Amino acid sequence: MKTLHLFAGATMLAAAFTLSGCGGSGDEPVSVAPKAEAAQVSQMDAKSGAKQPGSATTRMHPVTGEPLSAEQVLVRGNGSEPGSIDPQLVDDSVGGAVVNDLFEGLTSSGADGQLMPGVAESWSASEDFKTWTFKLRHNAKWSDGEPVTANDFVYSWRRAVNPEVGSNYAYYMEVAGVANSTAIVNGEKPITELGVKALDDYTLQVSLEVPVTYLPIMVSHYTTYPSPQRAVEKYKGDWTKPGNIVSNGAYKLKEWSVGEKMVAVRNEHYWGNANTIINEVVYLPIDDTVAEMQRFEAGEMHHTNTVPVSQMERIKQDMNDELISVPKLATYMYQFNLQEKPFDDVRVRKALSYAIDRDIIVKYITKGGQTPAYSITPPEVNGFHYVAPEISKMTQAERDAEAVRLLNEAGYNKDNPLVFDLVYNTSEGHKSIAVAISQMWKEKLGAIVTPTNMEWKTFLTEKAAGNFKVARYGWNGDYNEASTFLTLMLSNSGNNDGKWSNAEFDKLLADARNSTDPAPFYEKAEQILSEEMPVAPIYFYRGLRMVSPQLGGYATNNPLDIAYAKDMYIKAQ
Amino acid sequence: MLLMGKDKGVAAMAANMGKYKGRSLWADAARRFARNKAALISLGVLALLLGFSLLGHYASDWSNETIDWGRLSNIYEQGQPNLESGHYFGLDHVGRDLYQRAVQGSRISLMIGVLGAFVAVVIGALYGAVSGFVGGKVDSLMMRLVDVLSAFPFMFLVIVLMAIFGRNVLLMFVAIGAVSWLNMARIVRGQTLSLKRKEFIEAAFTVGVHPMVIILRHVIPNLLGVVIVYAALLVPEMIMFESFISFLGLGVSEPQTSWGALISEGADNMRSTPWMLAFPMTLLIATLFCFNFIGDGLRDALDPKGN
Amino acid sequence: MLSFIIRRLLVAIPTLLILVTISFTLMHAAPGGPFTNERKVPEAVMKNIEAKYHLDQPLWKQYLYYLGDLVQGDLGPSFKYKDHTVNELISSSFPRSAYIGVLSFVIVVLLGVGIGVVAALNHNRWPDYAGMTFAMSGVMLPNFVLAPLCVMIFAVYLKWLPAGGWEGGRIEYLILPIVAMATSYVAQVARITRGSMIETLNSTFIQRARAKGLPRTHIILRHALKPAMIPVISYLGPAFVGIVTGSVVVDKVFSTGGIGQHFVNGAINRDYSLILGVTILVGALTIFFNALVDILYTVLDPRIRY
Repeated sequence: MKTLHLFAGATMLAAAFTLSGCGGSGDEPVSVAPKAEAAQVSQMDAKSGAKQPGSATTRMHPVTGEPLSAEQVLVRGNGSEPGSIDPQLVDDSVGGAVVNDLFEGLTSSGADGQLMPGVAESWSASEDFKTWTFKLRHNAKWSDGEPVTANDFVYSWRRAVNPEVGSNYAYYMEVAGVANSTAIVNGEKPITELGVKALDDYTLQVSLEVPVTYLPIMVSHYTTYPSPQRAVEKYKGDWTKPGNIVSNGAYKLKEWSVGEKMVAVRNEHYWGNANTIINEVVYLPIDDTVAEMQRFEAGEMHHTNTVPVSQMERIKQDMNDELISVPKLATYMYQFNLQEKPFDDVRVRKALSYAIDRDIIVKYITKGGQTPAYSITPPEVNGFHYVAPEISKMTQAERDAEAVRLLNEAGYNKDNPLVFDLVYNTSEGHKSIAVAISQMWKEKLGAIVTPTNMEWKTFLTEKAAGNFKVARYGWNGDYNEASTFLTLMLSNSGNNDGKWSNAEFDKLLADARNSTDPAPFYEKAEQILSEEMPVAPIYFYRGLRMVSPQLGGYATNNPLDIAYAKDMYIKAQ
Repeated sequence: MLLMGKDKGVAAMAANMGKYKGRSLWADAARRFARNKAALISLGVLALLLGFSLLGHYASDWSNETIDWGRLSNIYEQGQPNLESGHYFGLDHVGRDLYQRAVQGSRISLMIGVLGAFVAVVIGALYGAVSGFVGGKVDSLMMRLVDVLSAFPFMFLVIVLMAIFGRNVLLMFVAIGAVSWLNMARIVRGQTLSLKRKEFIEAAFTVGVHPMVIILRHVIPNLLGVVIVYAALLVPEMIMFESFISFLGLGVSEPQTSWGALISEGADNMRSTPWMLAFPMTLLIATLFCFNFIGDGLRDALDPKGN
Repeated sequence: MLSFIIRRLLVAIPTLLILVTISFTLMHAAPGGPFTNERKVPEAVMKNIEAKYHLDQPLWKQYLYYLGDLVQGDLGPSFKYKDHTVNELISSSFPRSAYIGVLSFVIVVLLGVGIGVVAALNHNRWPDYAGMTFAMSGVMLPNFVLAPLCVMIFAVYLKWLPAGGWEGGRIEYLILPIVAMATSYVAQVARITRGSMIETLNSTFIQRARAKGLPRTHIILRHALKPAMIPVISYLGPAFVGIVTGSVVVDKVFSTGGIGQHFVNGAINRDYSLILGVTILVGALTIFFNALVDILYTVLDPRIRY
């Protein structure tokens, strides 16, 4: 056994705070003053507006030394109404954002995406990376004061794969390679057979079917968070309701008003409670980006979930300091259906991909600092050795010439044009991109392309049934490792709607899975993708946010787009 | 649902119309309509709008789908309406000529309005007439069905229909029309019932005129007035309905557009590129005003009591 | 009268049953299901999820299950909002929409009828034109333009009112939603009232009353207003249901947490039980208020009897 990581809690907090300074750069207080929800002071009471300015009682931030506001109520834009906040049932990013504040896993993700201890203080793996042992901290407590033990994790991991619970993310345990997870999901073995054991109250042992070197990264994901057995069994489906819920994170849920807001308050029993500054967190589920922007500008929230592209120029001109662009492990692509002629011809696929001027798309259409993509896996992914493919080194003019040549070779030109529908799901953003790219194809290649809008579920159904030629495709990495992207293209992957299949690629990924150093395999696999072009990568996403200058500690460089409320603070006006 | 009030007025008007059967009804109506200035001007404006939608694209060298790549980099400033650049209405957020899109959107919206209203009126009139004529058990059964349908949340129906037929604009017209015929059916049924009892119809019966002839000569012409007025008021409703569907993102598919789609995009962009909202909004409002004045004009013209 | 009410109630049950059946069939005809997701899960996982919600059963069985629960007043679990039941979603959102709705309705009636009557009394003079211009603009400005416009002016620029939220229904949070909700209805009511009032004022019995030399206000309040209200009432009955069941636009722009969001989200997410629940609610309200309108007719017009 060799010890891989050992962290002390204090170092982690210090790191989080040092890195957080970049959140609000302008020192000048701006008129945008987030309203304190807790204070029963009406927003329109302008007279009481100047609330106790820097008196003797003003607290300072322990690390940055900035004066702190007396009211530490954080209002977060959270996109839309979460489907669930049960750690094992969450299957959307907005639910994940709330769960990340309410619960804590074995590990967590630092301000720059670096691995941080969570409930586990240290961990170690066997030589073959098939057995992992996590040492839990003794002071971790649930919000009802009970200690968090290894048994809580055993319970929740079993829950995740339990067919009766019906979790969407049951497959996450399979991806992590936890022993017997697939058999349990298939109903072939009892849940007690899952490869997770509590050696004692504070030692958790995980047995894997394959070597997984990045398991500590994977257990920072909400599916692996602990669940309070007593609450789940007592309240059943109602256990996540305020009043019933017991959580082990820095906050506990106080109020849940569907379509309006969720409110969480400080968990006094949290082991790091002394370092938590925000007292109350409010989540606003506003799915209309323009409406969200307006509430931000009206001073009703500290950060938004996204930024309306339609207002990007205005925002860059008037409030550039408040606009932040966070890296995000996610790729925007167009998928070709290889079962439809002529997209089984690699020349056609390559021609279409080459003719996309990605710089125009990211500069003038998406406008949020996204980067052009020439690979499926984002270069900054952990443990991935990115080698720039040929296409990325050419100029656009060269690419265009090559595209015309390839398409001519395949037998298509302006007289015998390529005709197809480009399918995307209902969204203003997808529409703009589809319109621009179909014009590029039309003008450069003479292809006749119809951008076709489909309602979300119809889109998914048609795409899964293979009723498309070229379709929009996007992927958000679940964890910071290349396999979360590359496994999409496996012949037997349920997400491979284009039915591209390559034995060498499949073998490379299988080898990578069984290897303790998968990077070279990933590199080769990515090369095959670039030669075969089963999908045309277009750009790597950025997480766009408006962040109030009053908010400090917002993690602006976390590749999984995670920003824990416990690391933030509200500065004094 | 929105039409209930108007319906009453129309119904009252139609009831009066029955009294003035005969030769000069339509000629009288035309004369009265010609005296209504607002309605006449509206008719003129509407004709201009129609011309704009059908011929407007000849006035500009751009097309409704090509992107002005040169100006795409700075739509905020260079995309403003400008006569010199040929972008009379400016550019939209992806750099396409808004004038051409407005022309093309007008064509779609007017078509949706007229076709949607047509479907609704035809279904409604037929359903109502049959129900009223046959009467008895069939009548009450048919009307119960109308009650059931009117208790149905149509927004849900429309979304489901869009999900199923989303890619076909024609089916969208049918879908919208198909959910808007209920009030028409109620009115026509009422009219038919009361017409059946009118002296001149009863007289025709006693004289021994064939029922078919009665229907064609006396009933249909009398119903036609109500139907026309109702249709004129239904067109703007259809256009508004379409714009709501576009707001939900379920409207016409690119590169086609409609007023609703343009307005919905414009509303998103109103703080950075206000012209994207201003032009389609103006067109929409002008059209709706016209149809309302024409509808009122027709009502006054066809209702002799207004004299 | 009593037998009329009983008859209406009896008809309501089969009507609702038909509604449920139509909605049930329709939503299952739409492509995709509640668990169709971009991130496809292994088949075994999907089977487990479907089994949990009985979606693996034949449709007729699912239908019977649903009806069985419905009889007990249970609208089932939400497929999308897994931590809530449909009963919870409706009971938390409907009161909010109804609250905004009832306040809007009062404004609609007072303002709409007021403008309409004033316009009618000043037929073809400036108050008429002013009132009708307002009415037409109100009908024509889509509320998805009006609502964000109001927020921009009153919350972002002037900072007089909050841009959204509910906060227990405090009045400052209600003003903008009410404006967005009521404007088009005020306009419609004003138009209908005006038309109907003009017609009534021209009718023979009012002419006769005038000839008798009765005072003008007396004629208007005692004789003209009541019959003129009949078309207004027949509009307001169904409109009331529309107003109290909220609006997607209001819920989207103001995050009021009302029921309007569920109409669209339910359909888009294929949240079967939520769609059915909302359909039943709207259906029941429509039937109830249509019956109420019919009763009001007898009050306004003694000639109508049931």
